[in-house]
Amino acid sequence: MVLCDIIFYHMTIDLKTVKHISKLARISLEEKKAEKLADDMNSIFEFIEKLNELKTENVEPLTSIAETTLRFREDKITSDNIREKILKNSPEKNDDFFVVPKVVE
Amino acid sequence: MTEITSLSLFELIKNIKEKKISSNEAAKSFVDRSEKSKKLNTYVTENFENCLKLSKEFDNKPNFDLKLPGIPIAVKDLFCTNEVRTTAGSNILNNFVPSYESTVTQNIWNEGGILLGKLNCDEFAMGSSNETSFFGNVQNPIAKDLVPGGSSGGSSSALAANLTPVTIGTDTGGSIRQPASFTGTVGLKPTYGSCSRYGIVAFASSLDQAGPMSKDVKDSSILLEVISSFDKKDSTSIDFKRNNYSSELTRNIKGIKIGIPKEYRVDGMPDEIENLWKKGIEYAKDCGAEIIDISLPHTSYALPTYYIVAPAEASSNLARYDGVKYGLRSSGESLIDMYEKTRSEGFGEEVKRRIMIGTYVLSSGYYDAYYLKAQKVRQLIKKDFDEAYNKVDAILTPSTPSSAFKIGEKSNDPVSMYLNDIFTVPVNLAGLPGISIPAGRDKNNYPLGLQIIGKPFDEQTVLNIAYSMEEKINYKNNITDWWME
Repeated sequence: MVLCDIIFYHMTIDLKTVKHISKLARISLEEKKAEKLADDMNSIFEFIEKLNELKTENVEPLTSIAETTLRFREDKITSDNIREKILKNSPEKNDDFFVVPKVVE
Repeated sequence: MTEITSLSLFELIKNIKEKKISSNEAAKSFVDRSEKSKKLNTYVTENFENCLKLSKEFDNKPNFDLKLPGIPIAVKDLFCTNEVRTTAGSNILNNFVPSYESTVTQNIWNEGGILLGKLNCDEFAMGSSNETSFFGNVQNPIAKDLVPGGSSGGSSSALAANLTPVTIGTDTGGSIRQPASFTGTVGLKPTYGSCSRYGIVAFASSLDQAGPMSKDVKDSSILLEVISSFDKKDSTSIDFKRNNYSSELTRNIKGIKIGIPKEYRVDGMPDEIENLWKKGIEYAKDCGAEIIDISLPHTSYALPTYYIVAPAEASSNLARYDGVKYGLRSSGESLIDMYEKTRSEGFGEEVKRRIMIGTYVLSSGYYDAYYLKAQKVRQLIKKDFDEAYNKVDAILTPSTPSSAFKIGEKSNDPVSMYLNDIFTVPVNLAGLPGISIPAGRDKNNYPLGLQIIGKPFDEQTVLNIAYSMEEKINYKNNITDWWME
């Protein structure tokens, strides 16, 4: 195993892609930071492309390490009225609601 | 008598039970020492006043049947603590005060533990040096301007500096074991599903596990016994029979089979790591273990797999930080604008980088190429371990490919930072228990750790091997209190 095994056949992530991803991730990006991020992501993806060496057509994906099926629980309310507690940490609220910038014109 | 703060947890409990030390005396000692150790920057939130008050209440009505009778304990700031600020090392949670308690910390308070404070960590546990924290670097008590490892860097530093008798961390790719290795302490990542994830700020849910960090192996066994529990509130908590880890701890490991995986002998690994490993093999033999060469053929694919799976899960988990229900909000002209500005200002660079990677690998057209591929390779990595465990009871490896590095040395190169976790990440991907114990020093006198990896749910064997080897290794930290005025 080699520590710096760099593979060059990956697709380059360009500035346009970075901006598109930042839109999807809901993170605003300055132009300068976007360039740095593109560089960082490219070096990380060079490193990730190593997985292409492996043939995995017949391998089942591992979705959960705990080999159990998820448990069911009864659909009933288990907490008391915690509205106040929940609202307490909200950056902006009125009596009973979280307040956000106007959505509907 | 030895100073209270340098006692092991086991000794401290014994002294409290024998009424030689009161809970309040213990609390005062740790609070005093923590007050004098601000330069280490271990605490994000102090709970000192309350800790002193609660320790007095314990002394007035002591219950010595508890497993942690009146013991003050500081915890990583990734565990939600009721009515005590919980930041996860992030600006976005700077003012977050949970209205509920994580199961793991609740288990500690139920057994008599008292919260000393919340310890610094990499932002959302993403980092290997504690340099990504919004609350600044943590100093390693071993030497000035040395990183304490990460992400549980505040925990490892506070522990090594004797600011808390034991602590808890979380480990997604090595975040307990690597900082333990960097500070000459013990850190155990239990089997996935052993300790509840309820109330732990989520990073990568299929990998995250809480675990004990301590000055010696026995202390980790005591703390594991307290924090490991089946919990209905965590959908992947597993209902298995848990041992009485501390009372079943034994140095009799005669005939136990320990595997040495050849793939962990990586190119460019420093000689001192190679030598440490060789010494570790000799120690294990001295303890009566049988050494067997094994192969874990997909080892070199673990880090690339991790850097798809973990960011993908993180991007999904961190979608909840939107400036609406809790945490930071930046002002924006529209709802979307508010989201984007809040997340841009609230998250640090490393967290943004990982959210971006995660969003990319999950985005339309790339899912099969990256995320599905990674899940398949993860299966191969797990199968490697399954096969190895047909032949051996446990596996011995170095904990990290190097000792602690200087603050700032790797912070501009994400890939070189990620390589820190090369030996610890496969264990998370396979959901196995793993412990790091201090085993020697490098040329600078910085500590180096060895890792023992066990079968699923077999923490007892891992602890027993570590306990046996610890006695032979006989490592003692040399802390000079250089940070004190």
